Amino acid sequence: MSDSLHVEIKVNDSPVALDVPLTETLLTSLRDRLQLTGAKRGCNQGVCGACTVMVDGVAVRACLSLTANCEGQSVLTIEGAGNDRAIAALQDAFIEAAALQCGFCTPGQLIAARALLEHNASPSVEDVSKGMSGNLCRCTGYNKIIDAVRMAARRLQP
Amino acid sequence: MSAPFESVGRRVPRIESREKVEGRAQYIADLYRTGMLHGAILQSPFAHARIRGYDLTGALAMPGVHAIVTGDDFAQSNRMGAFIKDEHALAKDKVRYVGEPVAAVAADTEAIARAAAQAIRVAYEELPVLLTPEQALASGVHIHEGVEGYFKVLDAGSRGNLCSRTEFAEGDIERGFGESDLVFEHHYETQAQAHVALEPCGALVEVDPQGRLTIWSANQSVFRVQACVAEALGLPMTRIRCLTPRIGGAFGNKMEPHVQPIVAALALKARRTVKLVLTREEDFEMVRARHPFKVRVKTGVNRDGTFVAREVEVLLDCGAFADDSPGVLGYSLLCARGPYRFAHARCHGRLVYTNKLRFGAFRGFGNPQVSFAGESQIDDIAEQLGMDPIELRLKNILRGDDRALGGQMLSSNGLKECVERVRDASGWARSTQASRSSRSTEDSGGGGAPLPSAPGKKRALGFALCGHISGLLASGAIVRMLEDGTVVLNVGANDIGQGSDTVLSQICAEALKIPLENVVFVSPDTDGSPFNWGTTASRVTFMTGRAVIGAAAEVEKQLKQQASEMLECAVEDLELVSGGAVAVKGVADKKIGFFEIAKRSHWFAGGPIIGSHTWVYDRPTVDPKRAAVIGLPFPRIGAYSFSASVVDVEVDEVTGAAQVKRAWSACDVGRAINPLLVEGQIEGGLAQGIGYALVEEMVWDGARLANPTLMDYKIPTTGEVPYELHSIIVESQDADGPFGAKGVGEVCLVPVPAAIGNAVRRATGVRLFKLPLTAERILRATLGKT
Repeated sequence: MSDSLHVEIKVNDSPVALDVPLTETLLTSLRDRLQLTGAKRGCNQGVCGACTVMVDGVAVRACLSLTANCEGQSVLTIEGAGNDRAIAALQDAFIEAAALQCGFCTPGQLIAARALLEHNASPSVEDVSKGMSGNLCRCTGYNKIIDAVRMAARRLQP
Repeated sequence: MSAPFESVGRRVPRIESREKVEGRAQYIADLYRTGMLHGAILQSPFAHARIRGYDLTGALAMPGVHAIVTGDDFAQSNRMGAFIKDEHALAKDKVRYVGEPVAAVAADTEAIARAAAQAIRVAYEELPVLLTPEQALASGVHIHEGVEGYFKVLDAGSRGNLCSRTEFAEGDIERGFGESDLVFEHHYETQAQAHVALEPCGALVEVDPQGRLTIWSANQSVFRVQACVAEALGLPMTRIRCLTPRIGGAFGNKMEPHVQPIVAALALKARRTVKLVLTREEDFEMVRARHPFKVRVKTGVNRDGTFVAREVEVLLDCGAFADDSPGVLGYSLLCARGPYRFAHARCHGRLVYTNKLRFGAFRGFGNPQVSFAGESQIDDIAEQLGMDPIELRLKNILRGDDRALGGQMLSSNGLKECVERVRDASGWARSTQASRSSRSTEDSGGGGAPLPSAPGKKRALGFALCGHISGLLASGAIVRMLEDGTVVLNVGANDIGQGSDTVLSQICAEALKIPLENVVFVSPDTDGSPFNWGTTASRVTFMTGRAVIGAAAEVEKQLKQQASEMLECAVEDLELVSGGAVAVKGVADKKIGFFEIAKRSHWFAGGPIIGSHTWVYDRPTVDPKRAAVIGLPFPRIGAYSFSASVVDVEVDEVTGAAQVKRAWSACDVGRAINPLLVEGQIEGGLAQGIGYALVEEMVWDGARLANPTLMDYKIPTTGEVPYELHSIIVESQDADGPFGAKGVGEVCLVPVPAAIGNAVRRATGVRLFKLPLTAERILRATLGKT
């Protein structure tokens, strides 16, 4: 482990210190070291979006992000998102609209949707369709996911 | 007296939704055990070669390596297979496709296991490679030497590289063609499609102090896993306990085994817990996929549009192992005639071993392929006859006492309603009138087609329909009442994401007239759950739902016996009333709650209340007075569901790219136990059908799969699936189903590719006989090139 690096990050508001190999991805650190398994490994290639987490407020693919690059940054995963008002609204809307089936892509969908709502508080169908096009789902027809995101957006309006 | 249902018919969100949205749901990769080892697999670099020996010394010497297994660890007789026992857990003596598991390692970390797997040296002697069914049929080289002697559950007719053959015949096909005014014959081809359940396959195997194996895995049936591992390792089933975590989608690829027997062998050899999860690439290369088909369809009709005779011949690429393929062949032939009246029909085909990964079960089970062929041709026939394609179909669909191919009685049939409702909802009539006058006529009517084509685009609606079964084999249920009057439902059926935990709980709650919250669903466990063949064949609502009804009826009987003693009245005078109580009929306030009854049964008289029921589907597929059949894989198959689809497709005249703009799907589901979840199935089926029709294709470069990644193998995104997906639920009240319900999981997907092909034809004037309908193929066809 001579080429490992000491990294201090915040994960879900708690400070975390890790000694990780330079090549270790954030997804591996979250899952194997911190037992935060909400982010899923669907392709390990940045295509499916099941590993989407927020780093300093930006949605990123944890499978393409190196933990060593996250020094000083703040990571939000689905496990820590319970206090986030937007995530809570999205979770309720996903349940009511049946926007999830097997649930494997759901944590990634929720984080991606939250990032979308950050930039667009009242997205159209087309906005959600474009904004979420990087998150694959093999069970639904996506329409219920789009409905859920817009339902949550409406409820979050001041 | 029929009181309105309280649980059945309600749009209840999935009961496990909360854990899924909070990231607490655990899938196979999310399971960790203290001190567990990690597994890795060495794959074959050759498509066909003899294994001359292994050198494990380098790999075994690596620090952190605990066990290595190869084909030598599996006895010659320990072969698995649902229909033909032709497969060892790891390649033994021979490799038969590029990517086949050859050896596996258990080590302290995944990185060490992967490095050690690569350090294993295998001596190979290459053999001729057979990549297509035609090549394999013509070759004297046999992929399985001695397939004739393998154990089989059907009369497969296996010989050389011919894995199986099946035939259904009714009437006199030659006479039928002779009596037809017009005879049409076309050839169609379909591609290999990957399941791409977003969760890759994996397993975690523990060895308990007694030496029993506990197997957790991504699977569609804990009982299938148990049976297959027992066969592969030569162990009695009592030594194996199988459980399931949450399943991240399956669609067929997790029904038969993938890595479970390999991980079990590693765990036994290392005497440690071992976990192995495939990478996406490995999952593409070594699990299974949808069969490529070649289909010849010959149809005889009269000038008035009456269907007379249909012959369908199929040739299936089996891949290297039989897996579920003989079933897929037989099932596709059962569906190949289509749900139409034909006095004469002959459907026959062959399944041929090749040096590719095994093909197997995939949502639709051979029906999407033959429906693409048959339903494409019906549109062309309608065009030749100058008839509307929907009118032509309505003239010929099964009705009343008409039978399925083979002669099975239909226990319900909502096909006509499916066709009419999808026709009306999509504005089909206005669309066809418009296209007769001018393709781009403006239409002011709301809700349906046609919409005008954009400049440079051509747009049209397309239609197709199908019949598909839900059923097969055995299911059971146990309903137990706890001391407080709440209920434990135990059925052994995996929820693979479609929502069966919720639907079965609703059925149980309805049958006992208790709130849904008073039912807890038990996760399947081979040690404690009643047998369930699997979550496959659109069967869980229909088959397991009926077992739940039977078990609940048994509980009802015991409740009434208790209540009759407590209320001092006759059992016949009692009924279940809403909210969990037994009351005297017509005297609503003379009742006794489940709480009191349960307490009495546990502590005073009668004993704890437990109801159970099991059954096996029992209507024969074939009536020997009507049909002659060879090589039948499913003697008793199931209830027929029906579906009809309309798609609104726009084709770009410059690029050839087809885009589905809107879609309608009407499905006869008997009764929708949970319409919210039924819609989810229909919408998901439309999306997968769109992917299969337009973008998905596994491509081989020689013997090597060229696109085993999501970067290179595209599945539909929000860019390909339209927002406008209209689900129409048709309820025909199946006589055999629980509360009249039957399956929906597959029937919704089956007609979609044909409907899209028919829309492309109507929009552009070109007919494509080969899936997928890529932009390149459509463009070349419109330019008159092939």
